[in-house]
Amino acid sequence: MDYPFLFSSLIKIAALLAVVLGIMNYAVYAERRISALIQDRLGPNRVGPAGLFQPIADAMKFLLKEDFTPAHVNTFYYWLAPCLAMIPAITTLAVVPFGSTLFGVPMVIADINVGVLFVFAIASLGVYGIVLAGWSSNSKYPFLGGVRSSSQMISYELSLGLAVIPVFMLIGQLRLTEVVRYQIENGWLIAPFVGDWGNLHKWLIALPMFISFVVFVIAIFAETNRLPFDLPEAETELVGGYHTEYGSMKFGLFFLGEYVAMITGSAIIVTLFLGGWHFPGVPDGSHGWGWGLFNIFIFFSKVVALLFVFIWVRWTLPRFRYDQLMRLGWVFFFEIALVNIFLMAIILAYFPAQ
Amino acid sequence: MAITVQRPNLTFRERLYLPAILSGMAITFRHLKNMLLGRTKVTMQYPEQKWDSNLPEHYRGAPALVKDETGRVRCVACQLCEFICPPRAIKIVPGEFSAGDKFAKVEKFPHEFDIDMIRCIYCGMCEEVCPEQAIYLRKDYAITGFTRADMVHNKEKLLEIGGVMHGVVLKWNEKK
Repeated sequence: MDYPFLFSSLIKIAALLAVVLGIMNYAVYAERRISALIQDRLGPNRVGPAGLFQPIADAMKFLLKEDFTPAHVNTFYYWLAPCLAMIPAITTLAVVPFGSTLFGVPMVIADINVGVLFVFAIASLGVYGIVLAGWSSNSKYPFLGGVRSSSQMISYELSLGLAVIPVFMLIGQLRLTEVVRYQIENGWLIAPFVGDWGNLHKWLIALPMFISFVVFVIAIFAETNRLPFDLPEAETELVGGYHTEYGSMKFGLFFLGEYVAMITGSAIIVTLFLGGWHFPGVPDGSHGWGWGLFNIFIFFSKVVALLFVFIWVRWTLPRFRYDQLMRLGWVFFFEIALVNIFLMAIILAYFPAQ
Repeated sequence: MAITVQRPNLTFRERLYLPAILSGMAITFRHLKNMLLGRTKVTMQYPEQKWDSNLPEHYRGAPALVKDETGRVRCVACQLCEFICPPRAIKIVPGEFSAGDKFAKVEKFPHEFDIDMIRCIYCGMCEEVCPEQAIYLRKDYAITGFTRADMVHNKEKLLEIGGVMHGVVLKWNEKK
């Protein structure tokens, strides 16, 4: 038994969970404050200084409410669904490298060689939580929400998977730590030409990388059921969508699971396209534990910046109509991602890296 | 008859959709920035900031009893307000002056005077009907309490809200 490994892994898991759940709580608060500011309001500013204790008050409210199970539901699946909404989102974080090294320990919980496949495999389980919630509630609005959600997530998973293929054509490995290492050596994939301005190869791969980035980000929006793709829980049409019949902490798990999925999605976008924990000019953790901590800070700063974009987009765009959503997924993003793979292949074949 | 709706011909830039999204995001970001810089006027923070000084002269707030300039309660317990009150919020228990009293001419004074603020509809009829100008609608509007009993204003409370009012007083004036 490898006790140091077990011990360090447990500490990493606990620390990462603490940080992610903290970000999640304050993402809810940020969502409410930023949406208010965008709409020329003030938002929650009463509980504690500037309303900073609002998430704690909300959590207390969820925990103290009666845990009510309606009589008409399928109890087993009704209880299973909220767990399935939360677990895949958290599990995915296991393979994301959130820092360089700290005291010689790599800052990734499970550095497995199928990295991104694992992410897709687990993330696609998230749809079961929503489908089971919609079906087991035995009620019309949740059912419609669940059906919408399953078709939407399946449609966008396609472009999600296809969008990252050019990244791995370039890097040749699925391991996410290798993706970050490649980006440290060759520039972030969103703008590989920075710092190496004369390199034609890097200018050319920037185009398919940018297309990949846009398609991937939009597909992540659809996967996390965020506006403009929030049809599963469209308040105006479906009351609350798949979680209409849920109350207290079970609703809380759905609600917070959405935010954890956002954090996970942002973490993967940061790892694949925005250089992970790397920032130009900042050394990695082998130069001292201070730099190791700073790398972790850089990673989470990037994640938070992306979360702001998520919130910003939500309060800007109206919801898509359902046929528009499907047309966008199947007619545009699927094709764009497919063509992008060929584009990348041509660039790699005729303009290889010098 | 079928009506053919002319669909607008979108330019390439409009059909691309992303520029429109970006310009929309620029608009929302401008609102966010103006809010953060304090350039946008927002709702008043109610309990801390109030609009009281801007209330109009004729504002109808909580009804209250007033005293005259010599400190006497103007009310003579005629009970007209109790009778006119549409929601029957006012309850008066009149007391009587004895025959030899200095104010025997006044006959009655309010022994108890309760206004149930849960019932009061702020119509101002009590003020209108009062022959002694003893009850006025003041500018207090935030009437709160933890129990129903808290919401009943007794005589002391009404006098506290009312304060002193100057002007003609008929019955308490010895010369009239």
